[in-house]
Amino acid sequence: MRPVDRAIAVLVAGIGAFALCFVDAARLRATAGPDEVERTRLVARLRLTDLALFTEARYTRHPSQADLHSAFQDHPLALEHFPTGSLIAPPGGLTDPSLRVGAGGKAP
Amino acid sequence: MKLWLAKQRYLIDFTLASLARRKTRNLGLLAVYTVLVFMLSSVTLYTHALRQEAARVLTASPEVIVQRMVAGRHDLIPPGYIEKVGRIRGVQKIEGRLWGYYYDAVTKANYTFMVPAENAPVAGEIVVGPALERSRGLAKNNGISFRSYSGKLHSFIVADVLPQASELISADLVLMSEASFRAFFDYPVGHYTDIALSVANPQEVRNVALKLAAALPDARPILRDEVLRTYASIYDWREGIVLALLSAAILAFGILAWEKASGLSAEEKREIGILKAIGWETGDVIKMKFWEGLLISLTAFLAGFVAAYVHVFHFAAALFEPVLKGWAVLYPRFQLTPHIDGLQVATLFFFTVVPYAAAVLVPIWKAAITDPDSVMRS
Amino acid sequence: MIEVTGIRKAFNQGRDNEYWALDGIDLHIEAKKVTALRGPSGSGKTTLLTIVGCLARPTEGRVHLLGEDISGLPERFLTEIRRKRFGFIFQQFNLIKGLTALDNIILPAYPTGRPRHELLARAEELLAGLKLGHRRDAKVEWLSGGEQQRVAICRALINDPEVVIADEPTANLDTHLAGEFMGILENLADQDRTILLTSHDPLVVESSVVHRVVDMRDGKLIVHG
Repeated sequence: MRPVDRAIAVLVAGIGAFALCFVDAARLRATAGPDEVERTRLVARLRLTDLALFTEARYTRHPSQADLHSAFQDHPLALEHFPTGSLIAPPGGLTDPSLRVGAGGKAP
Repeated sequence: MKLWLAKQRYLIDFTLASLARRKTRNLGLLAVYTVLVFMLSSVTLYTHALRQEAARVLTASPEVIVQRMVAGRHDLIPPGYIEKVGRIRGVQKIEGRLWGYYYDAVTKANYTFMVPAENAPVAGEIVVGPALERSRGLAKNNGISFRSYSGKLHSFIVADVLPQASELISADLVLMSEASFRAFFDYPVGHYTDIALSVANPQEVRNVALKLAAALPDARPILRDEVLRTYASIYDWREGIVLALLSAAILAFGILAWEKASGLSAEEKREIGILKAIGWETGDVIKMKFWEGLLISLTAFLAGFVAAYVHVFHFAAALFEPVLKGWAVLYPRFQLTPHIDGLQVATLFFFTVVPYAAAVLVPIWKAAITDPDSVMRS
Repeated sequence: MIEVTGIRKAFNQGRDNEYWALDGIDLHIEAKKVTALRGPSGSGKTTLLTIVGCLARPTEGRVHLLGEDISGLPERFLTEIRRKRFGFIFQQFNLIKGLTALDNIILPAYPTGRPRHELLARAEELLAGLKLGHRRDAKVEWLSGGEQQRVAICRALINDPEVVIADEPTANLDTHLAGEFMGILENLADQDRTILLTSHDPLVVESSVVHRVVDMRDGKLIVHG
């Protein structure tokens, strides 16, 4: 077998696997439908607002509900305790007043 | 066309043979390259799927949440407050929400205690999230006691466990009746944590929020759009930190690739001279090198991407978990639904394949246009 | 066959170390004859070889191949001429390490895109002709000097060139191997190829295989009385 044929075989296999990823993704999406419906129903029933990704502090457990100063709740100069704090940005409404409704926001 | 193809096959033959000569080095490079693509693809696949998940699931969250702010801090909703909100037009339903945090010294984890608006458990019973079921070894009909902040011990029966499929949103939840909640936290009667509003007309949501802010200056309305935006930006940032960590790796690889690709060794230069002397055109030499760059980078891209796909969607991004879970004791176990953004994949492809192919070509161009008579003068 | 007129070749032109390797060469190389360039090192014979073989361009002067002026042709055409009409045997052999003897031999034919089985058959035929058939799959760096040269000769012949150019072909060979090379040279001459070589080895230039010896010194031809 010539090297070029071997290389083409490897690439074809790679492209096949690449395409298979998308097929597999479609399959998983199709089977995940009921679970997603269940999650959505639970969010609606419990009036949930956040994902339970980080439970270590209230501003990481409920980032969208955190008040303006919750990152400094112990002291304005307190150092960040949790590495998550470096992973998440403050909600848009906290840093950009134009995105916030209420404080100086304009009616549409 | 047939001739062109035959010619390209010969060029690929040659480039593979010369790669095989420095097998360890080139395989090492391919491995590092693949790992890099794997990391980058894992991050993009993971964050995109998570963002999609948040965007889909949280569309069912309340249109507006109203908090009361006191001295810049979230405070309880006093009695009578809900009635004031009720007079705003466009609001279809108003409910006081009752929820709070509880630190469990046994597992050193934080739970979210919550009173469901519908189908609340009866007093003395609780429904727990799947992570709690794991960390405390709870099952249906088990009993459990929590020591409240006032020091009293409260015992509950686990009436049910929330389904595992919902773990991403419900991992740390403890659902209980309003009476149990108020008793446990000594929560004053008539007070609520915040208010959930449902607004029938989506066009009205902003107006309702504005009217609310005007009528109740101490209220902070949080729109569902803001919630969704929060999650869209969170993953941008998380992507940012992982990318920041990766940038060192990318830089190192850049140096490696540049050294490998651009630092033509004296031997390679000599070979190019030989090839030109025996009748290869400059274009042939460049095409030969182009194939080298393309083969290496394409192989690395395909292998890295496929590995990343399997990692994220079949192994739940296990390698990233230590980074992503932060200090949380309770970390949800969830299998993301694969949503792949074609544009993102294309971007990834462009930024991983093209630079390498280019880095290979640049020096070859210079070497290939030199006169072939150098081979006679050695 | 090949006619060069008024050839001058400068290296490092316009700089302090400017150096004229060839200084006015007029030479006619006859078709189907063996021509040897003789001269001490630095006399410019190799430089003349590169110009005749279209590997380099003269600074001044003209090169005619079969009556056609090729000195002004673009690089692409020179490459094509080199590939189709010339076969080169370099002093250092210049084989590509890591490739087998067969793969080295068919390299000059890659740009032609000819079918691989055809090329391999031809290469094996050439190797067998030089009694090297048993080494076809050996990597060239494992071959002895004499074997390497024979692979280089096969490579020079893969595109069936009219002109074979050899630079100091016996410089890296012992007397026995040099003798064998002269035998191969005789065969090539019998195949009606035009051969141009440089050498200062008496074994070569005094051989009966060589039809004409041209002496060179300091970039000029020495005209014999």
